[in-house]
Amino acid sequence: MTTKTLKASAAGIGFAPALFAVVLGLGIVTLTGHVQASALHDAAHDVRHATGFPCH
Amino acid sequence: MTPHMTCVTQLASPATKHVFSRILTSALFAGAAAGLIAALLQLVFVQPVLLHAELYESGELVHFGAEAVSAHPDLPGIDLMRDGLSIIFTMLTYTGYALVLVALMAMAEGQGHTINGRTGLLWGMAGFIAFHFAPGLTLAPEVPGVAAADVGARQIWWTGTVASAAVAMWLIAFARSWMLWGVAAVLLLAPHVIGAPEPAVFTGPVPTEIGALFAARAFGVGMAAWVLVGCFAGYFWNTEGARAEA
Repeated sequence: MTTKTLKASAAGIGFAPALFAVVLGLGIVTLTGHVQASALHDAAHDVRHATGFPCH
Repeated sequence: MTPHMTCVTQLASPATKHVFSRILTSALFAGAAAGLIAALLQLVFVQPVLLHAELYESGELVHFGAEAVSAHPDLPGIDLMRDGLSIIFTMLTYTGYALVLVALMAMAEGQGHTINGRTGLLWGMAGFIAFHFAPGLTLAPEVPGVAAADVGARQIWWTGTVASAAVAMWLIAFARSWMLWGVAAVLLLAPHVIGAPEPAVFTGPVPTEIGALFAARAFGVGMAAWVLVGCFAGYFWNTEGARAEA
């Protein structure tokens, strides 16, 4: 019983960093690829076209 | 019983403590390296095509005008500000991809799968299909100036297509039943059967030769960069793990 609880909590701690990294990564991709704020759009313009993001 | 439990706690605690820094370090190295190579490949192979298209977008060149137009006009050279920003944003984008990739690699390794530079090549190919090829199959990489539907609608379709293709690639790699592989096939096909937002009329002033070359180059450079980011991510995840254990 105790061993089970320990394993479950260890798996939980192991899953959290992975989930956080996925959210962080998708956040960065959203910022560079999708946000339409004009300063960001202009700076990332060529990259968005070359990487196949919908741009305009 | 007690020594066994102590052992579990001691093994899990330092490992989980360092999981996030291991993910972060591996992803930063892999993303920055692959992003830099991607940016240089784009500057050499994609940017000239884009600049050529912009001459038609701005009206400086006119396709099917009174006179035939040379297919080899003088193009603007390196623009430090513009191309520098492109390099930074490409490196950022690939670091974002690498964070997702390494996190999923960490989970797969937890389930007993081997992660290294070699298996990373396959991860990179799967990432290319999910993030680049699947959305690009129907919303082809666009040169500046093409007609397109509302950008918000296309972003929603793009996001949904990437999400369903990513799940499909995971199922193809790790599922062990024909039913789940069938689900993967449906997830890959559905967005294209449903269809992406398309423009009502075509207004693109750019010659079709330039548009086709641009799409081909964007896919080619994307595939090279993704295979590299997968390889680097697997390699750094592996070596960072070996270093942590040493």
